[in-house]
Amino acid sequence: MSPGILGKKLGMTQVFRPDGQVVPVTVLKAGPCVVVQRKTPTTDGYDAVQLGLVEGIKPQRLSKAEKGHTQKAGADGIRYLSEFRLGNGSEDLKPGDRVLVDQFKPKDKVDVIGVSKGRGFAGLVKRHHFRGGPSTHGSMFHRAPGSIGASSFPSRVFPGMKMAGQMGAQRVTVRNLEIVEVDADDNLLVVKGAVPGPNGGYVMVRRSKG
Amino acid sequence: MTNALVAKIANKHKKEKVPAVRPGDTVRVQVKIREGDKERLQAFEGTVIARNNIGVSYTITVRKISFGHGVERIFPVHAPVVDKIELVRTGRVRRAKLYYLRGLRGKAARLRERE
Repeated sequence: MSPGILGKKLGMTQVFRPDGQVVPVTVLKAGPCVVVQRKTPTTDGYDAVQLGLVEGIKPQRLSKAEKGHTQKAGADGIRYLSEFRLGNGSEDLKPGDRVLVDQFKPKDKVDVIGVSKGRGFAGLVKRHHFRGGPSTHGSMFHRAPGSIGASSFPSRVFPGMKMAGQMGAQRVTVRNLEIVEVDADDNLLVVKGAVPGPNGGYVMVRRSKG
Repeated sequence: MTNALVAKIANKHKKEKVPAVRPGDTVRVQVKIREGDKERLQAFEGTVIARNNIGVSYTITVRKISFGHGVERIFPVHAPVVDKIELVRTGRVRRAKLYYLRGLRGKAARLRERE
């Protein structure tokens, strides 16, 4: 059993449970994946597998290094690679092994890791949910941060002060999402709830611990 | 624009046929209710005042006057708990959302039948 699988976010919809409950779901195209490299404590200092998502990328779109690395495992058409740490008791995987979506079943819990949508350089109202000031009635304080600390003591701004800056486009993990459906024909994984990133963005699906 | 594979998942949860109801129509919605281990149908009859969403998320808002109080229920048409939607009467209206009916009652809230 692989510790995870790689995929792409396709979009959200809703499904019904037999008892009539509506479940919001995200549909992921997960796999087929190939084990590209096996990292071991003796050679790399830790235990992990590197998976590659088989997408049929044309060879001329890859660098020589990428081609050489993936061909060692006998796989091609791979651009997106990611590593999963192997814990105790997980089954060993060899380079060239295939990881398919049928390793997951409904009710399993997974963590989904992706890169969130980028919001650029965002102000405090958007980034940290500051309330902002009144728009009208003579107010001259709209979306500014306000005070960021005291004066001559401490004469500095404390680290970690919430300020404007880059928002989004970060690696985000959403833990313990329930798998609702698995479609092995089209390699689809349907998980409950939202998943970071835009539609078409790459995601890592990792089995939840415990 | 929804992805074709997302639509495939959603279509599995869609009913094959849903009745064509329009805003202004009077419908009777039969809803499955579980009481202990018994299942029975409960009817909700009223005017369709709005239709929302497309595909599997399609819902209708039904309004009725119950003991002098306006009651509205939103039914997800494709949900398995919605057993049947019967068309009782058609209504001729000129808008898609009939929220103005909330301010009207009695004779003023009547709708003309559609030809």
